[in-house]
Amino acid sequence: MLFRVAIAFACLFIIAGVAGQPAGDTALAVQQTIAPVTSLIATNHEYDNGTGIDLIWVPSIDDRLAPSRVTGYEVWRSVVGGSGSRIAELPAGANKFTDEQCSRESTYVYSVVAISVAGNAVSISTAPIQPAREWINLHRLNLLAIAFLVSAAVIYFIQSARSGKKLFVRKIAGLDAVDDAIGRATEMGRPILFIPGIQDMDDVQTIAAITILGRVSRVVADYDTKIKMPVSRSLVMTAARETIKASYMAAGRPDAYNDDMVSYVTDEQFGYVAAVDGIMVREKPATCFYLGAFFAESLILAETGNSVGAIQIAGTAMPAQIPFFVAACDFALIGEELFAASAYLSNEPKQLGSLKGQDVGKAVALVVIVVGTMAATIGSAWDVTFMNQLWSALKVVFQTN
Amino acid sequence: MTEALVVTGTNLGVVISLALIAGGVIWLLVRSLKGKEVERRVIFGFVLIAVSAPILFPITFHEQISPVVKAVFDKIESLPAGSTVAISFDFDPAMAPEVQPMANAFTRHCFAKGHKVVFLSIWATGQSLLTSTLDTVVRREFPEKRERIDWVNLGYKAGNQGVLNVIVSDLRKMYPTDVNAVPLDSIPMLAEVKAFRDLSLILAVGGGFPGPKEWVLYVGDPGNVPIAAGAAAVTAPQLYPYYPRQLIGILGGIKSAAEYESAMVDKYPQFDSVDKPGLRMMGPQTLAHMVIMMFIIIGNIVFFRSKRMRSQL
Amino acid sequence: MKREVPLFITFFVGTLLIASVFIPPAESWGENFSVYFDIIAVFAFFLGGGNLLRIHLQKVASKRPDWGYSIVTLVAFLVMLAAGLFKLGNPGGISGNLTTAQSWFQILFQNIMSPLGSTMYALLAFFVASASYRAFRAKNRDATILLVAAFIILLGRTPFGTMLTSWIPPQYDLLQVPNLAIWIMSGPNLAGQRAIMIGIGLGIVSMSLRILLGIERTYLGDDR
Repeated sequence: MLFRVAIAFACLFIIAGVAGQPAGDTALAVQQTIAPVTSLIATNHEYDNGTGIDLIWVPSIDDRLAPSRVTGYEVWRSVVGGSGSRIAELPAGANKFTDEQCSRESTYVYSVVAISVAGNAVSISTAPIQPAREWINLHRLNLLAIAFLVSAAVIYFIQSARSGKKLFVRKIAGLDAVDDAIGRATEMGRPILFIPGIQDMDDVQTIAAITILGRVSRVVADYDTKIKMPVSRSLVMTAARETIKASYMAAGRPDAYNDDMVSYVTDEQFGYVAAVDGIMVREKPATCFYLGAFFAESLILAETGNSVGAIQIAGTAMPAQIPFFVAACDFALIGEELFAASAYLSNEPKQLGSLKGQDVGKAVALVVIVVGTMAATIGSAWDVTFMNQLWSALKVVFQTN
Repeated sequence: MTEALVVTGTNLGVVISLALIAGGVIWLLVRSLKGKEVERRVIFGFVLIAVSAPILFPITFHEQISPVVKAVFDKIESLPAGSTVAISFDFDPAMAPEVQPMANAFTRHCFAKGHKVVFLSIWATGQSLLTSTLDTVVRREFPEKRERIDWVNLGYKAGNQGVLNVIVSDLRKMYPTDVNAVPLDSIPMLAEVKAFRDLSLILAVGGGFPGPKEWVLYVGDPGNVPIAAGAAAVTAPQLYPYYPRQLIGILGGIKSAAEYESAMVDKYPQFDSVDKPGLRMMGPQTLAHMVIMMFIIIGNIVFFRSKRMRSQL
Repeated sequence: MKREVPLFITFFVGTLLIASVFIPPAESWGENFSVYFDIIAVFAFFLGGGNLLRIHLQKVASKRPDWGYSIVTLVAFLVMLAAGLFKLGNPGGISGNLTTAQSWFQILFQNIMSPLGSTMYALLAFFVASASYRAFRAKNRDATILLVAAFIILLGRTPFGTMLTSWIPPQYDLLQVPNLAIWIMSGPNLAGQRAIMIGIGLGIVSMSLRILLGIERTYLGDDR
């Protein structure tokens, strides 16, 4: 009797010990108290650099009970000719996984282990699979087509403007005021302050600001007005200096240029704001330009500028800051107008042509929004098959992820 | 509904400041009827009283949780215990008073639910603020939670959105070690986390660039990871286009932080005694909003009076 | 030649990076280029820091107006630089973690930099009030809509909004001020934001094309 009890305890310990180990080949040794996952299939992950394999399976039948007897799943991977290892732990209910840590040179075999309190169950392994590399991401073909359409429209209008076709570009009050604003500073004998946002040269808004600076500094050089440009990024400082220097050269006044027109302050957002506010209060600029990427500092700068009586022209593509500029500045360029500004100020036909090209993109967006909204509404309200199909088709074309 | 106005604390100071503000506003109203503009220093004076009085004599309101905030709370609640969640501190000291209460509340909530937390920052200034959360919340309130087993501090990495672009698919390429140079491969809680796409949830707290929007663009969408945002009030409207599909919820400004703290106390009464800066700061915010509304009314009276006076001339 | 080389680099790298979006083996190029940019930006800091030193030293040396502020700037810059560079006061020495509580850098950061930054940010409370006073006036129909929306949002962000409209029956709960505020944010605000974002996106495409094709070259200091 004692012997039988001892044997029973020994068996219990062995079972408990095995069940507590990470599931692997040994998991098969335990009595399977839950069903394993079935139909485990491994396929190559599409349109990657040969680093991914997709796994899909039907979860264990015991996972469909309420409450589920499965506590989770483990994904195991072994390289053919090598050892296996656990690569992921997934919650109950999971039925797919993408292994993104593969190498194109290796062939892999996968298995999925269903975990439960009572014990684990290992699936049948997949067939050996080697990830493959694709050279074109067909999932992004729609994006390519849209980019091509908009670019083609822009280039077409640039060409047609070059050939002498007259293009209508609506008036932008903020840009029409640039000359007057600089003239005012000249008459008052006070400086112009140009703030190019607080981002670096890798932000397209900063580049837009520098292109406008080119136009502004040309007028400044002609009028012999003082310009002051504190910046918060070193690279912006060097780019701005080059731009202003070239404008002074073009105006035939290289002697009037000096490097101190542009000075670096600090990368720290509010340290920069403090410095710019200080400059405003001390030097009382007659005109302030705030063009580029702005964050919470927009209103602090614009209100300080307002308090010193400056004419203020602002422009940003940061949607959250536009209302502040609209409220506190005399003129505000809203979103796309910032990018259009340089072309508008240049008045060159080929530059203006590019603005016209944008309108094609806007027209497409407008039509798609109207048609899509109608299709989704009619399709869901009256269950019209054609409308539902149209809605699905639009989603396929315009959804990028 | 009226429980929203359950006011606690010393009310005398508030009564005095309210009386001051009311008296001043009546004086300004009388002036505005004559078409006289208010000088900006006067406006600043009123804001100063409205903001400082509730700080000196604290009052708190009970906040009702709004759906956008509740979505974040419910998501953390619904994750199975032991899930790995990341909290990113993408802000600077200036923004900290507004968004750090959110980061602290998220940290408390995750630990209360038994989740493992990955702390990081993609703002240079965020690392020090992250350290302060570790000292004031994690080590003080959850001493039983062990570093590198229940939480890990990855620290700051330069590169803005470039960092996000990499960690979504390969964490170790950008962060081979944690902040104390311990290799990630030797950290037990990260054994299964090869990339940020393996996380159950990312809580992006910030408001500038890079911030929650970049987390959506570079990690949430490509990696199919749920992301929730904690943002400064001025930047929150910019995040609404991403809600609810790309951002599961948004905490915007102190009001949302206060709502979250209220929800935390309702669900976990043990946190009633901890500091709740969100709720604390709702007093100043409420009075400041009232003062601003008063000035908008006064501004309009001045405008219409001046218009009428001009037309009579 | 001075203009042609940068224009060629812009065209070549820009086209390459656009192509890399559609070619899986090239997808990492974008990441690599952003890392290269950061490396260059870090080195550019020497230019910025050097410029800061030069300008303020000149100001102090020639005792130009307000030169006292320049001394404060110089001292703050050099002390913070030394504290961070040499990890002063750090228990782990030069190889320790810079953000430990005892390091000078952390002490300066927490006790000087943080409060100063917060103070600047807090100015927003005052400026929002003065800007609202000036801007939210019912001058015309559009301005009136803006005024009403601002009022609802302001009220909706306070407990008074809940109190004032809590009597509205649940079936009309959208009319309660906090819900109206949420509706404005997630309805009209969202629509406006998206429209602006579409415009911005197209503006970026157009401007990028102008730069890639060399039509826009003002950023290179050329306004031909």
